[in-house]
Amino acid sequence: MLPVIWFWIVATMVAIYVVLDGFDLGAGIVHLFVARTDRERRAVLKSIGPVWDGNEVWLLAGGGALYFAFPALYASSFSGFYLPLMMVLWLLILRGSSVEFRSHIDNALWRPFWDIVFSLASSLLAIFFGAALGNVVRGVPLDAQGDFFLPLWTDFQPGPHAGVLDWYTVLVGLFAFATLAQHGALWVAYKTEGAVLARARTAAAITWPLVVILTVATTIVSFRLQPHLGASFAAHPAGYCFPALALLGLAGIFVFHRRSQQLAAFLSSAVYIVGMLTSVVFGVFPNVLPANQDPALSLTISNASAPDYGLQIGLLWFAPGILLTLCYHVYLYRKFAGKVRLDDGGY
Amino acid sequence: MDSALALHRFHFAFTITFHYLFVQLTLGLGFLLFVLKTLALRTGDEHYNDAARFWAKIFAVNFALGVVTGIPMEFQFGTNWSQFSRAAGGVIGHTLGMEGLYSFFLESSFLGLFLYGEKILGRTGHWFSAMAVWIGSWMSAYLIVATDAWMQHPVGYALGSKGEIILTSWTTLLFNEWAFWQFWHAILGGLVTGSFAMAGIGAMYVLLKKHGDYGPTFVKVGVTAGVIAALLVAFPTGDQQGKLVGRHQPVTLAAMEGHFETAAGAPIAILGQPDVDKQRLDNPFLIPGVLSFITHTRWEAEVKGLSDFPREQWPDSIPLLYYSFHIMVGLGTIFIAIMALSFLQLWRGRLYASKPLLWILMLAMPLPYVANTAGWMTAELGRQPWLIYGLMRTSAGVSPHVSSGSAMFTLLGFLGLYTLLLMLGLFMIWREIEHGPGHEGPAH
Repeated sequence: MLPVIWFWIVATMVAIYVVLDGFDLGAGIVHLFVARTDRERRAVLKSIGPVWDGNEVWLLAGGGALYFAFPALYASSFSGFYLPLMMVLWLLILRGSSVEFRSHIDNALWRPFWDIVFSLASSLLAIFFGAALGNVVRGVPLDAQGDFFLPLWTDFQPGPHAGVLDWYTVLVGLFAFATLAQHGALWVAYKTEGAVLARARTAAAITWPLVVILTVATTIVSFRLQPHLGASFAAHPAGYCFPALALLGLAGIFVFHRRSQQLAAFLSSAVYIVGMLTSVVFGVFPNVLPANQDPALSLTISNASAPDYGLQIGLLWFAPGILLTLCYHVYLYRKFAGKVRLDDGGY
Repeated sequence: MDSALALHRFHFAFTITFHYLFVQLTLGLGFLLFVLKTLALRTGDEHYNDAARFWAKIFAVNFALGVVTGIPMEFQFGTNWSQFSRAAGGVIGHTLGMEGLYSFFLESSFLGLFLYGEKILGRTGHWFSAMAVWIGSWMSAYLIVATDAWMQHPVGYALGSKGEIILTSWTTLLFNEWAFWQFWHAILGGLVTGSFAMAGIGAMYVLLKKHGDYGPTFVKVGVTAGVIAALLVAFPTGDQQGKLVGRHQPVTLAAMEGHFETAAGAPIAILGQPDVDKQRLDNPFLIPGVLSFITHTRWEAEVKGLSDFPREQWPDSIPLLYYSFHIMVGLGTIFIAIMALSFLQLWRGRLYASKPLLWILMLAMPLPYVANTAGWMTAELGRQPWLIYGLMRTSAGVSPHVSSGSAMFTLLGFLGLYTLLLMLGLFMIWREIEHGPGHEGPAH
C-alpha cells in the first residue's frame, strides 16, 4: 500500500512541476514571437520572474521524493539516461542564467542574445522532457541488475534496440513542445495587455489544433507500441476518467479562449496537462519503468521501492512540508496576481 | 586519470566545488542582508534599506548561479553514482527530499517576494521575506550537511539480507552529532566569506573616497560579523569537528596532519611536504606536543600514526588532503588576525583612516573562498577510500554502465559551461560594485 501512495505522490509532484514550470518554459518558447520590443520582452519575463525559480523547485522536490521512495528507479533511470539528462541540466543552467543575466546590462546586443538563449533552451527542454516521457512509455533495455545505458539514438526505430531518440519519442517530444507552447501562450495572454496579449492569443489559436492532432496521433501510436496501456484501461475502466479530464481541458481551452477568458483558458490547459499525465501514469502502473527486451525485468512499484519504515516516516515529514509549500504558493501567486505593469503601481 | 572511476570522482568534485563558491556567499550574505534590513527597520534610516538593495542585487546574481549549479548536484547521485544511490537512497533521500520541500520552496518563494515585492509588501513584510530567505538557506545547509554527515559517520541504519542499507531511525539520521558541528563549522565559514566580501567592498569604497557613507557602513557590519565568525569557525566548531575526526576516522586525522609514526606527545606540523612512499614529512616545522593536546587535551597523549593502520584504509590522496587541511587552518588563523585587528581599530574609531588595514581587507576578499574549498576538500578527501565511511568503498558506488568516454564528455561540458558562467557572473557583480549603492529605489 505504501509504495502505491508514494507512487501517486511522486506522480502528482511531477504533474505539478509540468503544469507550473511548463508555463514558464512555454513562455520561453513563444517569447520571441509574442514580444518584439525590449519593453514587451521585459513584460513576458516579469510575468514569470517571481515564480519560475519556485516552479523549478518542484523538479528537485519530486526528484528528492523519488530518491528515497524508489531508490532503485532513481539509480537505474538517472544513470541509464545519462547523456540526455546531462543535456537537460545544461539547458536548465543556460535558461536560468539567461533570465538573470539579461536584465543587468542595457545593451542592444546583450539583451536580444539572452532572449534567444532563453527561448532556445526553453524549447529544447520541452522536447527533451517529452522524449523522456516517451522513453518511459516505450520501455528501456533493463538488465537483471536493473541497469541499462541508452545511446542518444540508434536507427530511430522504437524496437528493443532503440536509443533515447526514435521516431516515437521524437513525436512525443514535439507533442510536449506544442502543448507547453500553448500553455505558455495562455499564461502570457493572462498576464499581459496590448500587443503582447494579442500575439499570445494568436499563438494559442495556432497551437490548439496542433495539440489536438498530436494528442490523437500520440495516443494511437502509444497504445499500439505499449500493449500494457490498453490492458490497464481494460482491467480498470474507472481509469477512463483521466483521459476524460484531458478532453475536458482541451475543450475548455477552446471555449474560454474564444470568450477571451484568459485565466479560465490557462487553467483548462493545466487540467488538460494533468489529465494527459495521469492517463500515462495510470496506463504504465504498476510499472515505474518498463523493460522493452524482457518484460519480466521491468521496474515496478514493489521491486523499486524502499522498505516500509522509510516510506512511513517519509509521510510524516512530507505532509506538513507540502502544506507549507502550498501556503507559500497561494500567497506568492496572490501577491503577484493580475496583469504585469512595467512602470507604475504594479509590482 | 582516464579511468571511469577517476573521472566520475573529478566530475562530482569539480561541480560541487564550483557550486559551493556561490553557496558560501549565499549563506553569509543572506544573514548579513537580514542584519541590514533589521537595522533599517529598527532605526527607520533609509540608508540601511539602500545598502540592502545594493547587496540584494549581488545576492540575486550569486543566488541564481548557486541555483543553476545546484540542480546538477542532486541529479549526479543518480547519474554518476547509481550503485551508491540504489544502496543508500532509502536513507539519504530523506534529507535530500526534505531539503527540497522545506528549504528550497521557502527560499525561492520568499526570494521572489524579496526581489520583486518591496513595493507591495511594506517594510515589515519585506524584512520578513529577507528573514525567510536567510532561514531557508541555512536550513538547506543543515540538510545537506546531515547527508554528508551520514556518509562520514553513518548512523540509524541496518544492513538488509542483500547488503542493502535500511533506514531504522530517522531522528538519529537527522540529529547525527557529526552534522551538528559540521553544520556550524560550514555556516560560519560562509559567514566569513560574506563578512570579508562586505568589509572588502566597503574598504574599497573608503579607499576610493566613493559612495559616501556606504563604505563605512559596509566595513562596520562586515568587520563586526567577521570577527565573530572568524573566531567561532575555529573555536569551538573547527576544534570539535577535528575531535570527531580523531575519534571516528583516526587514520584520516593522521593523514591530514602528515603524522606517519605513532608517538606520545605528538608534535603538530606547521609546514612540510609529506612523502608517502618514504612515510615521512620532508622539511618539517614542528611544534612538540600540540597534536596530542588538540586531539586528547593531554600534552603526553599517544596519537596513532599512519603506519599503524593497514594501507588499504589510508585516504588515497594524502598529499592533497594534508595541504587542504593546512591551507584551511593557516588561512583561518590569518582571518582571525585580520578581523581582530580591524575590529580593534573600528572600536577605537581609527579604522577608516588606516589605509594599510583597509588595503588588507580589500585584498583578502578571495581568501575565504580558498579556505572554504580547502575545508570541504579536507572533509571529503579525508573520507576516502570510503564513499560511506566503513560501509561502502568509493569504487563500489559508481554507475556501472556510464563509460569513461561519457563521463569525460559531460565533464568537459561542465568545465566549459562553468568557466563561461564564472566570467559572466564576475563581470555582472563587478558592474554592480562599480555602480554602487544608493542610486535607485526598490530592485525591479
